[in-house]
Amino acid sequence: MSALVIRDLHKRFGTTEVLKGINLDIDSGDFTVLVGPSGCGKSTLLNIIAGLETASSGDIEIGGRLVNAIPPKDRDIAMVFQTYALYPSMTVRQNITFGMECRNVPKAAQNQAVERVAKLLQIEPLLARKPAQLSGGQRQRVAMGRALVRDPKLFLFDEPLSNLDAKLRVEMRMEIKQLHARIGTSIVYVTHDQIEAMTMATRIAVMHQGEVQQFADPDTVYNRPANLFVARFMGAPPMNTVMARIDAGAVVVGDIRLPAPEAAAAWQGREVVLGIRPECIAEPTRLFGDGSAPIVITAPVEMTEPTGAETIVVMRLGGEKVLGRVAPDTRLANGATARFAVDTRKLCLFDPQTERLIA
Amino acid sequence: MSPAAPAAARPPFASLKRLPEFLVIWVPLLISAGHVVTFALWTTWMSFTPSTLVPADGFVGLRNYNAVLATRNWKIAFDNLLLFGSGFVVLSLSAGLILAILLDQRIRGENVLRSIFLYPLAVSFVVTGTVWSWLLNPGIGIQKLVNDLGWTSFRFDWLIDRDMAIWTIVITAVWQSCGFAMALFLAGLRSVDGDLVKAAQIDGTGPVRIYRRVILPTLWPITITVAVIQLQFAITTFDLVRALTGGGPGIATQLPALVVYDFMFQRGNLGRGAAAAVLMLLVLLAVLLPHWTWRAIQNRRAARG
Ligand SMILES: Nc1ncnc2c1ncn2[C@@H]1O[C@H](COP(=O)(O)OP(=O)(O)OP(=O)(O)O)[C@@H](O)[C@H]1O
Ligand SMILES: [Mg+2]
Repeated sequence: MSALVIRDLHKRFGTTEVLKGINLDIDSGDFTVLVGPSGCGKSTLLNIIAGLETASSGDIEIGGRLVNAIPPKDRDIAMVFQTYALYPSMTVRQNITFGMECRNVPKAAQNQAVERVAKLLQIEPLLARKPAQLSGGQRQRVAMGRALVRDPKLFLFDEPLSNLDAKLRVEMRMEIKQLHARIGTSIVYVTHDQIEAMTMATRIAVMHQGEVQQFADPDTVYNRPANLFVARFMGAPPMNTVMARIDAGAVVVGDIRLPAPEAAAAWQGREVVLGIRPECIAEPTRLFGDGSAPIVITAPVEMTEPTGAETIVVMRLGGEKVLGRVAPDTRLANGATARFAVDTRKLCLFDPQTERLIA
Repeated sequence: MSPAAPAAARPPFASLKRLPEFLVIWVPLLISAGHVVTFALWTTWMSFTPSTLVPADGFVGLRNYNAVLATRNWKIAFDNLLLFGSGFVVLSLSAGLILAILLDQRIRGENVLRSIFLYPLAVSFVVTGTVWSWLLNPGIGIQKLVNDLGWTSFRFDWLIDRDMAIWTIVITAVWQSCGFAMALFLAGLRSVDGDLVKAAQIDGTGPVRIYRRVILPTLWPITITVAVIQLQFAITTFDLVRALTGGGPGIATQLPALVVYDFMFQRGNLGRGAAAAVLMLLVLLAVLLPHWTWRAIQNRRAARG
């Protein structure tokens, strides 16, 4: 069953169209991440799902029920905000019970619910404190507690981790993921951090300029990006994209020939954009996947960036800058020509005009 | 290294270029601070001397204070101050808050309305007092207007009513300064995180409860600051009363600052005038010291996180 269906949703602020026909069908129990650059309309979409903003046109269904005209409190959702939005004048306990208080839930049931959530999130010692007396990570937990206590059909998270420092962010990322595994409720999670998207999501919707560019599982989004935008947005460092030509079953970049995927036959003799992930270009001794000998190319090295676990190499391929990732003990001299192994199973080809994936 | 070294390292004309800034900021500041402090000290000293028309040497202990405190004039002024101060602060805060909440509904023409409400602040107290003395004058003002419109039994003669006259000062002062309270409250309301309101909406709260439970509690610091500023104004009120009622009818709307003026310049008794002024200063400190302490505690708490 679908937890959330969005059909042909448009949103205009005055004359600017912020959402241009969004269609999404989110399965029950999915952890869906909406990811995209700043200003692409993620928060607007989330607010419309929550009922905090009204759409210009289009339908929203939550749990099989059309909610276009239903106010936020009756949509059976809970939301966690980027700024946490904890009520500053209330204690943690009051923050968590405020919603139940508004819905006239009996006191005993309220207390029971608070205990349950406080235990789940390990915030029992904080219940009597005010938000100002909490650290960022604790506030984050309380904000989640306030959402969890509702036991809704759908959780909405708007960049809940972006105000935390890097280390805490990684911890909370894991915790939210585990929490989802435990409670199983559908989540729509907004972020502009593609690593968060990759690590947490069961489905990723990549958004750009008010449109969903691709809606698929993380593996597909990463390895088979639907277009050049997705290819260049996901991954750090992102996918290399270089101009190439199809010639007799090979992708030709400068003087390098790589075996082309079969679907490229239709593009014989024409220009394409070759997409290749940095991890598909490695030191020449590397064996990829099936253990067969990889294609080896030579390219001039421009610069190396050791990161400890690996070294990022900037090289020239057909006149364009391309990144590769080699083992940290590989010796490479700047300016010299070096040999690299290429994993050709994961090449992507894009139409240079439409920027869509062709093979 | 010698202390002159860093200055020498700067380009030679740097300090010269900034000279006008220093002159413009520091000279007036020092002069006015000097004036305030000098005259406060001088007044305090005067309050212990037997000065009458002209300053005189000598020490009379608390004689001037006892004399001032014993006058009916001072007692009435002090009672009036309590009534006026509390009435004015409460009403101007409430009016300011209500206006701010109404303006916060993102209504059309907000800018125009905001300017209108703030405008009285730009008018001097003497002008306000004079205009309102006309409006409240039963013979020419509001009462006459309503009478002329046909409601002939309508009475609004507080200005000449011994018991109610103090409230005319309250009304006028509220009219003058509730715009100020409104501006600060509005700024406070606008600085409330929009996500808070969204969270409350999802929690299922109506607008009244959102204001009462979520938004208004965040306005406490502003309320206290505004209240202290208004109280300060109430304690030192002079020109408004002078122009509106002149302290009358009789001495019904006497306020401490008028008493000071009365002693010093009408009765030619500098010593007692100074004593009354020092008493005013003490009242002011009674308001300001707790406020400063409170602020210091708040700041320290904020610094501790
Ligand atoms: N109330 C509004 N009036 C006019 N334009 C708005 C309004 N709210 C948002 N926008 C515009 O809509 C676009 C999308 O905004 P939105 O907040 O949804 O972006 P976002 O994807 O959440 O970005 P971020 O990652 O920075 O939070 C932006 O260009 C923004 O300027
Ligand atoms: Mg956003």
